Amino acid sequence: MKKHLLSGNEAIARGAYEAGVKVASAYPGTPSTEILENLPQYKADLYSEWAPNEKVATEVAYGASLAGLRSLCAMKHVGLNVAADPVFTAAYNGVNGGFVIVTADDPSMHSSQNEQDNRYYAKSAKLPMLEPSDSQECLDFMKAAYDISERFDMPVLFRTTTRVAHSKSLVEFGERTEHPAPAYVRNPRKNIASPANAMLNHPKLEANFEELRKYANECPLNKVEMKGTKIGVISASIAYEYAKDAFPEDTSFLKLGMTNPLPMDLIRDFASKVEKLYVIEELEPFMEEQIKAAGIACEGKKFTGLCYELNPQLIKERVFGEKAETVDVGVKAVSRPPALCPGCPHRGFFYTMSKHKDYVVAGDIGCYTLGGSAPLSAVDSVVCMGGGFSIAMGFAKAFELSGQTDKKVFGVVGDSTFFHSGMTGAAEISYNKGNLIPVVLDNSITGMTGHQDNPGSGYTLQGEIAERIRIEDVLAAYGFKNIIIVDPQDLKAMEKAVQDALASEEKAAIICRRPCVLIKRIKHNFGTCVVDTDKCVGCKMCLKVGCPAVTVENGKAHIDASQCVGCTVCAQVCPMGAISRKE
Amino acid sequence: MSNNRSALLVGVGGQGAILTAKVLVNGLMKAGYDVKMSEVHGMSQRGGSVSTQVHWGDKVNSPVIGKGAADIIVSFEKMEAVRYADFLKPGGIVVVNDYEMASSSIAAGLATYPEGCLEALQSHFETHAVKAAEIAEGLGTSRCMNIVLFGAMVKALGMEDICDWEEVIKETVPPKFIELNVNAYRAGYAAVEK
Repeated sequence: MKKHLLSGNEAIARGAYEAGVKVASAYPGTPSTEILENLPQYKADLYSEWAPNEKVATEVAYGASLAGLRSLCAMKHVGLNVAADPVFTAAYNGVNGGFVIVTADDPSMHSSQNEQDNRYYAKSAKLPMLEPSDSQECLDFMKAAYDISERFDMPVLFRTTTRVAHSKSLVEFGERTEHPAPAYVRNPRKNIASPANAMLNHPKLEANFEELRKYANECPLNKVEMKGTKIGVISASIAYEYAKDAFPEDTSFLKLGMTNPLPMDLIRDFASKVEKLYVIEELEPFMEEQIKAAGIACEGKKFTGLCYELNPQLIKERVFGEKAETVDVGVKAVSRPPALCPGCPHRGFFYTMSKHKDYVVAGDIGCYTLGGSAPLSAVDSVVCMGGGFSIAMGFAKAFELSGQTDKKVFGVVGDSTFFHSGMTGAAEISYNKGNLIPVVLDNSITGMTGHQDNPGSGYTLQGEIAERIRIEDVLAAYGFKNIIIVDPQDLKAMEKAVQDALASEEKAAIICRRPCVLIKRIKHNFGTCVVDTDKCVGCKMCLKVGCPAVTVENGKAHIDASQCVGCTVCAQVCPMGAISRKE
Repeated sequence: MSNNRSALLVGVGGQGAILTAKVLVNGLMKAGYDVKMSEVHGMSQRGGSVSTQVHWGDKVNSPVIGKGAADIIVSFEKMEAVRYADFLKPGGIVVVNDYEMASSSIAAGLATYPEGCLEALQSHFETHAVKAAEIAEGLGTSRCMNIVLFGAMVKALGMEDICDWEEVIKETVPPKFIELNVNAYRAGYAAVEK
């Protein structure tokens, strides 16, 4: 049979297709984004969309489940925080068509603000949790997830980590099965989460969960691989693959595909067959604590640690003290952190903010988090999606109350973040009389996750043209009377916009509008900036814009033509007029 | 596990490591190996240091390795080879592009590009320094630098006979770039003496 090399995310998309999913919704977030990106290829058979945020995506998918169809939503780990509200109540109410929620965790925070362990959501919401460890399992477990969801009347949480989602391995495909919705019948007792119904739904969930607990012990996703009797390892997800490489050949494994609820009878039986039992898991001791609480002796976290990803060599080192031999070549590499791209429209805004060291700037999640990096260093805080506006509101109220009237506060979000959860913050600022300037950095795309469309970009996930929602219209509806739209790449205009907003008698907001230079469907007017070395005095002012294309070599500014797109921000800051743009 | 091999492709976001890994993996699949690879997406792609891992053998478990476990590092940039050198097994192979890209801290004048990268690598590992940027520009565009390095890697690992690599390149790259990339592969292969 033909094998395909697929990432975990691609395999989840394929699995959803084969499982007969009809509705899929998500908000992009690394490492989950490619799941939905890989669904439009099946648009003849299923509907897929980008929702404005994870809560909306979850509700759309859950609504489709209530209507009787198999549905999917997907998000990164912190997205589940946003979506938690409907998830907990969906657990009480149960499903109609199968409903699967994918959470993609990010141990080591490759592209995230924390490394929370979302297995605890499953325990807290009383939901089954499936954890594949390679791409074939991503596909197979998706199909199993829908059967479990419908059999036990529960949403299923499906957890990957970065190394499951973004690693590629060989996958065999199956056929799609169709699961048409039965005729819809209103069921208020089940589906209206009023207190009276919730009182009945909670014990029903507990009873279903007890059935699930029994099922876990016979669930084919949990597998015993018996070899020797000296060492036994219980593991799941990517940690299982690491442990397979790290432990001796004759180690026996209990490989768990379903990690909530844990199959405690199976675990007890496995434990009785081995002399020493290890539990190998990344991040929190989720399994180990429960196994110990059941009175079964095991060890794990005291070796493996609570922070960051594992790998086979780290497990060998931490469990067996076998440190891999490495070579120190004696030269140290300089750090290479990510930076705003050459020509990034955000640069002009953050450069302008960097000129005013006393301004307080609450930032947000996206490429523009990089506005906080040196040499721009123009951001005070970054917390969560949409927080740019509301955290700034807190700053402003605090300064007001403590009499620090000279503080100028700015709240910054991107266009996709504005639609995600910035809009509610904008309402807060307007209605509760915030003394701050909300700023939307509108680059017409969801940038950091790799260019997904959003309600401001004019296209849907399935490639249809949609009527774009204008950010200025939303802000106007919220009561902002003075909305200044500016090209952030024009530094004079950018500075003027900031000063005009601060001086405004009416509620002011700024929209910095220029598309991301990496958007392919837009025709960009690219050129290259060049340095007149006779005029350059080597003052290094051009380095202050933090552009990867600009360096100083032999005391003179140098612009790497292969990287430069001719945005002229460096030229505008050059006091000698030594930089000009060539078409 | 003992016969498995691991390659680390490292460089700066946007240098084409992912396409190179795709060519490698497609060939390995044709040769009948079990293959796993791991990429990093998201924030680090914005001009940051990036690494792609490829592992192959009869049966591969982990898609990632830790320090001291790689058989070869193919580095698209000189300093990046030094950064990841401790992932190599003692006696491992380095294929390194003799090409410098300043990091943002270097560009901002906060640090200087380290001296002696190639010499340091050469004194510890079998090191093949390739002027891939020059070779690629000689073929018409620096954009095929990645496949030049791939050709060098095939020679350095002695993998020329496991499949028809030129055929794999033809099947993997977009049609209008086939000739360019096949030439890049040949030039890279010829640039390594083994």
